[in-house]
Amino acid sequence: MTTAAERRAARPQPGQRRDYHFPAFERRRLENGLELIVSPVHKLPLATVAAVFDAGAVCDPVGREGTAQLVAKLLLEGTEQNDGAELTERFERLGASVDAHADWDAAGVTMTVLAEHLPEAFSLLGEVILTPAFRQREFERLKAERLAELLQLRAEPRGLADEMFGRFLYTAESRFARFEGGDEQTVQRIERDHLLSFYESRYVPGCTTIIVVGDVTPDGAEAIVRKCLGGWHGGAAKRVVADDHPARLERAVHLVAKADAPQSELRIGHVGIPRNHPDFFPVNVMNAVLGGLFNSRINLNLREAHGYTYGAFSAFDWRREAGPFLVHTAVRSDVTDAAAREIIGEIDRMRAEAISAEELSLATSYLDGVFPIRFESTAAIAAALSVLSLFGLPEDYYDTYRARVTAVSADQVLEAAQRYLHPESLQMVAVCDPTAVRGPLDAMHFGPLNVYDVTGQRIA
Amino acid sequence: MNLWYHVGSANERPGRTGFAHLFEHMLFQGSADVEANEHFELIQRAGGTLNGSTWLERTNYYETLPANQLELALWLEANRMGKLLPAMTQQKLDTQRDVVMNERRWTMDNQPYGSWMEKLPALCFPPEHPFHHSLIGSMEDLAAASLEDVAQFFATFYSPDNAVLSIAGDFDRREALELVQKHFGPIPAANRKPPLPDMALPPVFGQWKREVVPDDVMLPRLFLAFRSPVFGSDGYYAASVCGAVLGLRNASRLRRRLVRERQIAAEAGAFTYDLAKGADLLVADVTARPGVAAEQLEQETAYEIDLVVRDGIEAAEVERAVALIQTMFVTAMQSAAERADRLSMYATYFGDPHRVNDEVDRYRAVTLDQVNAFVRERLGESNRASLLYVPRDQAPGELVGAGAAAEAE
Repeated sequence: MTTAAERRAARPQPGQRRDYHFPAFERRRLENGLELIVSPVHKLPLATVAAVFDAGAVCDPVGREGTAQLVAKLLLEGTEQNDGAELTERFERLGASVDAHADWDAAGVTMTVLAEHLPEAFSLLGEVILTPAFRQREFERLKAERLAELLQLRAEPRGLADEMFGRFLYTAESRFARFEGGDEQTVQRIERDHLLSFYESRYVPGCTTIIVVGDVTPDGAEAIVRKCLGGWHGGAAKRVVADDHPARLERAVHLVAKADAPQSELRIGHVGIPRNHPDFFPVNVMNAVLGGLFNSRINLNLREAHGYTYGAFSAFDWRREAGPFLVHTAVRSDVTDAAAREIIGEIDRMRAEAISAEELSLATSYLDGVFPIRFESTAAIAAALSVLSLFGLPEDYYDTYRARVTAVSADQVLEAAQRYLHPESLQMVAVCDPTAVRGPLDAMHFGPLNVYDVTGQRIA
Repeated sequence: MNLWYHVGSANERPGRTGFAHLFEHMLFQGSADVEANEHFELIQRAGGTLNGSTWLERTNYYETLPANQLELALWLEANRMGKLLPAMTQQKLDTQRDVVMNERRWTMDNQPYGSWMEKLPALCFPPEHPFHHSLIGSMEDLAAASLEDVAQFFATFYSPDNAVLSIAGDFDRREALELVQKHFGPIPAANRKPPLPDMALPPVFGQWKREVVPDDVMLPRLFLAFRSPVFGSDGYYAASVCGAVLGLRNASRLRRRLVRERQIAAEAGAFTYDLAKGADLLVADVTARPGVAAEQLEQETAYEIDLVVRDGIEAAEVERAVALIQTMFVTAMQSAAERADRLSMYATYFGDPHRVNDEVDRYRAVTLDQVNAFVRERLGESNRASLLYVPRDQAPGELVGAGAAAEAE
């Protein structure tokens, strides 16, 4: 028999590490305040355009949550020149795949097209940005589709657990306590006029960024953008700061009842920290060890040691204000309490003692090594540049990323765990069969337990 | 780096449904020189990503990592191809069985409409056909899987003569070939793979097959399948273009007609299974708007298909579909992992990895006449299979038939 050390020594050793640089990019600003970021990538004859607007769900008017997402989606449903059917037809005849969406912090339209069609496709995109028509018929259709989506959510445990987690986590006054795309009540209240005033106040050149990545030059891209958007007038909108206060500081259990569910969709966590945080890197490495990787503590424990689940992971949901920290998994109903106990144990262990050198190097060498793989496509590079612009990260953020990750020490990870993991404030949300799960969870004495139906009404 | 084994759920023996996929999980449980989960650990420590997946006709394993770490991936794959069995234990099998059972619950049993993944092939392929049975497997068959099954499956299917290795990215050709020879060269061929039974099927179902499934869902949803020419065949490309005409993105037929104009559906799409043997399936997938009953959803979807059969497809629709497919293909080719996977696929199915270079041309060569010929031959009533999901509380008595019987088992 060979020893473990001998076996390790017999393994292939890496060759000389090769250089990698995040693609170079140029930032320019047009006279009307529009920001332009261009990254020439000539690998394939493709171009991706991302238009990013400071018009995310945090900007939704109170009581009409869902406005931001409807506005973003309606951009692609017709302009003054082309109705919805004609517009999609014209984009798609060029082979352009175009999508619009609003998340918490921003709205965006993303388009990927063969570079030869970029000028024509971008002129359609210019129409979409400058002259969306918000026709009544399309507005009503998209509203009905959102209501259909909400109806579907009631029978979809994964999505329901994700949405309900935010609801139970944040104070009722917080935008984060409502669904990102709005709920039945708030979507019903939205009328076409609300969309128009939202569009007019939030879609302005002074807080819009156009990102072009691919087989283009900075001057060529600027000429295309200038031609279509150079005449766009308007100021800048005031940034909306979301309330990110938690609903409560002590632990609580929130069960959402789904009769006969064979699994519990489990979410355990608390309000985390904002994206622009000085401890972002230690927190990121800490999370990788706790539950960010396949070989993280939580997944090895719940999946590989216990076979409770197909997978269990932790994440910080990065937003301008503090998004959730959460552990998410789906476990067999009869081990819901046991799985929750293991998760809490892993969170406690992160804070009790420093991680080993092996764990630290696994996390940092992973984050360092996969860095180039994250930016193989024009769409991925455009998304990275959107993050840079949206969160106001420094120009050299991607150039220094790998050095900053590998500089994180075990002591910093311990400190990050002690500062930013709050076991005393954990909220547990489970979409589950309460008849199977409630008794064992009560016996855990985790915290006060309430049961809700799938619409969020308290039933026990 | 990408490795395709030409084995999938189609190769399973009766009573062992789900085994090909369970076996894929076991390949991450170590080999003679690698401990359980160490494969993941070593690749991630090297700065790489990895996974595996199981399909009806193949199982693949892939690692993407910094160029200077190529040998690590080759060594790991060779170690488990050559020396898997010493690492297999009953305890590992039991744990992975639990993991897979949870995967089944997560993707199917506790997911609205989740059972379509096993009900649709069961409806569309005859009972004895290798594509008929469940890929994820029944709980009973998973429970019955033994270590002997692991050893036998490994000896039968996991050998170099049944595998294709592809490498894409930044490497030196000579050096890479030497490394492949060094690690895989010594592994002997097994030549033990039994032939699959005759998988040929008539070009059409011969009738309109129907199954109604009452489920814990809020809205009716229809999977309407058509038997179509096998992946990669001359007829396949017209079928694939037809699928894109019907359901790829927003200006497609079904989206335009059923979602935008008539507002019968909340969502609509279409896809092909891309099966390279026997027969392929083209599937339209349509979810009702609230207030639209299941029967109406099925009737209106069929009506739109009838219109396509009656009036044909227009040239502009084919142009739109081919333009989108081309952009999608070029977009996918940016990723080294995707390039390697396509190379393995074309080599496994057709013995010709170079087909990756002709793929866009094959689509561009599809003519309107070919698409309309496909439409006439394959979208008619004698070649349809409806799998219709109905919210349990809306299921009228006479509809409950097939689904209720299956439930009572």
